[in-house]
Amino acid sequence: MAVSILQPSGVHMSDPQETSALSATRRQVLKAGGFVSVSGLTLPSPARAQPLNPLPSPENGITVRITSRINGHPLSLEIDARASLLDMLRERLGLVGAKKGCDHGQCGACTVHIDGRRVASCLTIAAKVDGREVTTIEGVAGPDGLHPMQQAFIDHDALQCGYCTPGQIMAAIACVKEGHASTPEQIKEYMSGNICRCGAYVGIVAAIEQAAPQIERS
Amino acid sequence: MRSLSYVRARSVNDAIEAFAAAGDGARYIAGGTTLYDLMKLGIEQPRHLIDISTLEGADRIDSGGDHLFFGAGALMADVAEDTVVLRDYPVLAESLSKAASQQLRNMATVGGNLLQRTRCPYFRNGAHGLYPCNKRVSGSGCAAIAGLDRGQAVFGVSDACSAVSPGDWPVALTAMDATIELQGPAGKRLVPISKFYLLPGETPHLEFGIDPGEIVTGISVPKTDAGRNSTYLKVRDRESYAFALASAAVALAMDGEGRVRQAHVALGGLATRPWRAHEAELLLNGQTIDRARALDAARAAFGGAQAGEHNAFRIELGVRTLADAIMNAGRKNR
Repeated sequence: MAVSILQPSGVHMSDPQETSALSATRRQVLKAGGFVSVSGLTLPSPARAQPLNPLPSPENGITVRITSRINGHPLSLEIDARASLLDMLRERLGLVGAKKGCDHGQCGACTVHIDGRRVASCLTIAAKVDGREVTTIEGVAGPDGLHPMQQAFIDHDALQCGYCTPGQIMAAIACVKEGHASTPEQIKEYMSGNICRCGAYVGIVAAIEQAAPQIERS
Repeated sequence: MRSLSYVRARSVNDAIEAFAAAGDGARYIAGGTTLYDLMKLGIEQPRHLIDISTLEGADRIDSGGDHLFFGAGALMADVAEDTVVLRDYPVLAESLSKAASQQLRNMATVGGNLLQRTRCPYFRNGAHGLYPCNKRVSGSGCAAIAGLDRGQAVFGVSDACSAVSPGDWPVALTAMDATIELQGPAGKRLVPISKFYLLPGETPHLEFGIDPGEIVTGISVPKTDAGRNSTYLKVRDRESYAFALASAAVALAMDGEGRVRQAHVALGGLATRPWRAHEAELLLNGQTIDRARALDAARAAFGGAQAGEHNAFRIELGVRTLADAIMNAGRKNR
């Protein structure tokens, strides 16, 4: 089973290959005894979403088949009808950028885009994305490097532990595209669904203010 | 969570047929922001989900006739930003934009939001929670009434339940005399929102005037010039993304001399159902608005409020919230 789906998530480091290797190793440790094997590991290019390679179904309930696009790649798989989109991304597709914080739609760490709109993937039943396009943090960088919002979070040190960061960035990109990033007050209001336990809010607002004009132009 | 089946319906009729065919344990799901949340807590245990979030035409928003019409499948985020709603009925737009987060408003529908269940922590304690709850298990008792009741209702409380009706949008719709369109196996019917929410009484597990198999298909709001002078004021423990400690929906139809022709007032976060404040309306009708009159009207609205051990502050908070909302609505009359 290849794990070419492993991605550096959110935080940019100077050597992208080193980042990938580190995240793979960490994931490997977390999944010790699981079905990920190092032998299949390929180091992904730093900033492109990889083709999807779903892990085999561990489902033990009624399943539904969904056909979707994830970060631009076609996907077709059987998924337990109870499963959340977040669990599908993390446990079946290895896209571990979206984080499980509260699992009840209260913290925003699991934020992804469906058809370009931000949603809480933990409260989205996976079956609902049949026929729809999902974008995760792994899919926002362009061929030339990081998304302007990712770079802005680095420039403003808009994180401490980083656990909420993928959700913050996905929410922030949508916040700008919705037209809700014109003032600091508006940014705070429309980013209130993303909680940062470390309290990096000042940097987050500054990052969004920096990235907003670049995103609006693109 | 128990294993379940999932189908996506294409039309209202398809959905109603699928519901009947599924049998016991069938539930409709739209955005799922309440239902799926409560499934994770084991409080809701459906066997079959019929997804009604993509029914053809269900997201229609129509402000062209003598009523505003909102298809039940319209997203909260979309109704909140509709240009006619924003301009002519700010109370409706604000009740939506001050609810939840943008992520949830992009998922939740304006029809499903009517059926949001209480945030009472004793109710949400889990399927086999330590504390009894008459909403969760009818007849098991209520631990909230003599418990940590800071967030419990001060209006419409019974010996069996003090859980707050959590919504904002239903409060604004109550002030604006909305009608709810339902369709089920027996056909279509219209229910005024004043009849849709049930007081807990002895049966707090019964919350909504909707029959098994029925779907909320739409919401209509009669057009009124009170909409322009309207506002939704929501006071929370934090400034954004929280449920109301107290909220007020106020809309004032005014005559040419600055007098109130007809006031529309409803309260949220304080009652076991969206709470129409007719006492305040009667004191405002025919009057000009000033601070003293707004406070008098607000105090009248809270005449029947009953506090427990920890929630008495929300009566005074509610009075001031309503008085501020009346003043804010009055200032819009230019």
